[in-house]
Amino acid sequence: MTRLAVRDLAVARGGLRAVEQLSFALAAGQALILRGPNGIGKTTVLRTLAGLQPAVAGTIEAAPESLAYAGHADGLKPALSVAENLRFWSRVFDGPEIGAALERMNLRDLATRPAHALSAGQKRRLGLARLLVTGRPVWLLDEPTVSLDSASVALFAGVLRDHLAQGGAALIATHIDLGLPEAEILDLAPYRARPGQRDQRPAGFNEAFA
Amino acid sequence: MKSLLIRDLRLATRAGGGFGLALAFFLIVCTLVPFGVGPEGGQLARIAPGILWVGALLACLLSLDRIFALDFEDGSLDLLATAPLPLEGAVAVKALAHWLTTGLPLVLFAPLLGVLLHLPGPAYPWLLASLLLGTPALSMLGAFGAAVTVGLRRGGLLLSLLVLPLYVPTLIFGAEAVRRGASGADPVTPLVFLAAITLAVLALVPFASAAALRVNLR
Repeated sequence: MTRLAVRDLAVARGGLRAVEQLSFALAAGQALILRGPNGIGKTTVLRTLAGLQPAVAGTIEAAPESLAYAGHADGLKPALSVAENLRFWSRVFDGPEIGAALERMNLRDLATRPAHALSAGQKRRLGLARLLVTGRPVWLLDEPTVSLDSASVALFAGVLRDHLAQGGAALIATHIDLGLPEAEILDLAPYRARPGQRDQRPAGFNEAFA
Repeated sequence: MKSLLIRDLRLATRAGGGFGLALAFFLIVCTLVPFGVGPEGGQLARIAPGILWVGALLACLLSLDRIFALDFEDGSLDLLATAPLPLEGAVAVKALAHWLTTGLPLVLFAPLLGVLLHLPGPAYPWLLASLLLGTPALSMLGAFGAAVTVGLRRGGLLLSLLVLPLYVPTLIFGAEAVRRGASGADPVTPLVFLAAITLAVLALVPFASAAALRVNLR
């Protein structure tokens, strides 16, 4: 079963095309790793797929509300505890209870600690635990392993593998080896937009807000 | 939606949430005015409706930039935009949370400050009624300004300039209702206008705010 199908996608950042003619399909149980040098548009592709910005061209096919996006920021409130942060996202997404997610990401002992007292790696683990409470099958992950130690990377790889085994799918932009040998690699370099070609939409609007 | 409201209320009342800032500002304005204008009761009573309304409006303005800025910085806004909750609903809930933590305390506190300003006795029910009807519009229009300026460094100044003209009708009718109440005239007409403005704002502005947020998230 195809979870996500992308055809001839072109995305733009700051009014300039970054990636174009990108096509791929993501089946249930499949993980795809986005590679490419800095600035090629990995984040832009993920944000476009998540619906945070419109595609310049091409089609994105996915079941409605099947995508969960995790960006560079974890969306944590420093004044709330770990459990309160996670419970909030679980309720917003109508997802499962938080107990299992806390257990899986090894956050049980930190549940009552306010998020401002967490280390960078612990915050990241909490941000990733959010994916588990969204209950959504396709994960769009932007550098998920930033500030994680090797034990936590392995922990997350295990979570990811379970997610795939349950019919989920994941699209991951990362530079490091996640320890997922079965994941396929999609290099964005061949899809880099030719320079000098500007976005065809009425110019000036996005720039005014940039 | 309920969980978003509860979270915002919880954040506002915890340390560093800024709850009480608007109240403190309102108190300062209303205690300083008698010192500036002089202690003569008749003069104070004449300007009291206007001072109370301007004070409440400016106090409301203080905390507007926090409505979306904090969520934008920590990435929550991206995640909310991808959540099943419609963005229009999220905007409305956040404006409601702002009103509950800023507008409502101002409404309840205003009669006390009315005493400081020699507000005539018959005006008190109309002061409460006009603030109760008017302040929701202030929060909702403020949420629109916050949505337009989210992501801008030091957007507070631009936000104030954008929002102040939108506040003028509410201020005119609100203060007029209290003034009429104080002088014994019929305050119902300005109150009806005030209510109409608030209803129109509550019905239309969430859509404009959500559209502005979508543009700013790109």
